[in-house]
Amino acid sequence: MSGVGLVSAQIAHFTQPLALKGGGLLPAFDLVYETYGTLNAAKSNAILVCHALSGHHHVAGHTEGNPANIGWWDNIVGPGRPLDTERFFIVGVNNLGGCHGSTGPASTNPATGKPWGADFPVVTVEDWVDAQARLADHLGIGAWAAVMGGSLGGMQALQWTLSFPDRVRHALVIAAAPKLSAENIAFNDVARQAILTDPDFHGGHFYEHGVRPVRGLRLARMLGHITYLSDDQMAEKFGRRLRTGAGSYGFDVEFEIESYLRYQGDKFAGVFDANTYLRMTKALDYFDPAQDFDDDLARALARARAKFLVVAFSTDWRFSPERSREIVHALVHNGQAVAYAEIDSAHGHDSFLMDEPHYHAVVDTYLKRVKL
Amino acid sequence: MTQPLERADFDLIAGWVQPGERVLDLGCGDGSLLKRLIEERGAKGYGVELEEAGVLAAIAKDINVIQGNLEQGLAGFDDQTFNHVVLSRTLQTVRHTERILAEMLRVGREAVVSFPNFAYWKNRLAVMGGRMPVSEDLPYEWFDTPNLRFFTLLDFESLCAKMKLVIRERQVLDEAGRLVTEEPNFLGSLAVYRLGR
Repeated sequence: MSGVGLVSAQIAHFTQPLALKGGGLLPAFDLVYETYGTLNAAKSNAILVCHALSGHHHVAGHTEGNPANIGWWDNIVGPGRPLDTERFFIVGVNNLGGCHGSTGPASTNPATGKPWGADFPVVTVEDWVDAQARLADHLGIGAWAAVMGGSLGGMQALQWTLSFPDRVRHALVIAAAPKLSAENIAFNDVARQAILTDPDFHGGHFYEHGVRPVRGLRLARMLGHITYLSDDQMAEKFGRRLRTGAGSYGFDVEFEIESYLRYQGDKFAGVFDANTYLRMTKALDYFDPAQDFDDDLARALARARAKFLVVAFSTDWRFSPERSREIVHALVHNGQAVAYAEIDSAHGHDSFLMDEPHYHAVVDTYLKRVKL
Repeated sequence: MTQPLERADFDLIAGWVQPGERVLDLGCGDGSLLKRLIEERGAKGYGVELEEAGVLAAIAKDINVIQGNLEQGLAGFDDQTFNHVVLSRTLQTVRHTERILAEMLRVGREAVVSFPNFAYWKNRLAVMGGRMPVSEDLPYEWFDTPNLRFFTLLDFESLCAKMKLVIRERQVLDEAGRLVTEEPNFLGSLAVYRLGR
């Protein structure tokens, strides 16, 4: 059951060019967003929910005519849920470069009249936050009560406190890291190579050829999915179980885990945009707020004014608890306000999407103390 | 643990904290001590707590609580960043006793340690009678106690001497939370120390 019921997306048009970190300007852009709950008169109860790699603006509720299309974080958003829509005004947004309605590689490049494709600029976490600030202006929100996100969304929450220290009162940084490790980047590059070397990719201009690099996307998602789960969880859910008729010593689907990954890969490749996937993983790779501060994260975070909740999950090996503790210790070093919870969970990196009672209790308890 | 004693323990510690000082409370539980030090003493506090329930309660109190296991040391906390590092009624539950004391004085300029005194006369009496003591300060049955180590004022002070820790102050309380001045190792139920290097 969705908590907020029927929802529909809105589009905000921005005609002021946006300067991008990687250079260049995006002349104009659209952001697609959804909202849940009511903005109070003081406009002090707004929470921005930032999405992860493959997420979007549809955070909670279901859409018209499609009761099964429930938002990706519905279990945490709604009346009486941790992000309580009786109290907060929640905003979900699809990032620039996305493929769910916001301006991205499949959008029309005004300079050519054709899809941007490979020419769509690489956007960074900083660019997303700048674009989200325009959305906040559009909604009349001066400062967010909280900015929250998991994984790549957690990086955006962190960046908000640095780009706009006076516009975010609380940052909830969940299953995130202050920057990717070499291993993380390696996984991302294998995923990108799967896409870039797909014969249907056409250097990113596949739209004009009427094809999509489905095989590459599928492989990218299968690889990604392995890193989101935990070994224990895979063992518990699939083990070495074989499908009926298996045992042919061939290369068809024999183990249940193979079946599962191929299903996930197919599902994703059917809906997601390859150019978006490339850009989202690059944004992850580039994120490193300490880079301009001699790799001193504490110095980088010193300008933040927000209070922080940092949450990590015990079986998350993609962004392990150690990575979250780097953020925590930098904040402690500076004497900044932070609470840190390390949730005992079986579900690996994906735990931040799961209905983990203690995790939800932590978020609920933290948000209850947020003054409006 | 009973309220009056807890307050007596906290009263002493609160009296040692100056306005604006940085305090790290190890095993902070629900954050009650930190809350008090922040509100009454204007301290800046962080707590470390392992148990989920404690972490939740401390978050509800608006405390900077960091979930973690003291047994794994205080890695990530910088040297000499806290004025006081508090370990209240927890040392007896810790396996790596020497390491945690050393870590406390690495990250803090002063360690504040309180612990139940096993040599307290009622505890001695219980053992004389053939049973493990159950008291205000040792409130557990032997089979469900979180306590790993039992020691006395004299034991603790000889460990401090071995580790070359300086005892700056010692206060000893009885079960009613009153200060004990005579025969502390016999009449004291709970000891509170300020340690330095």
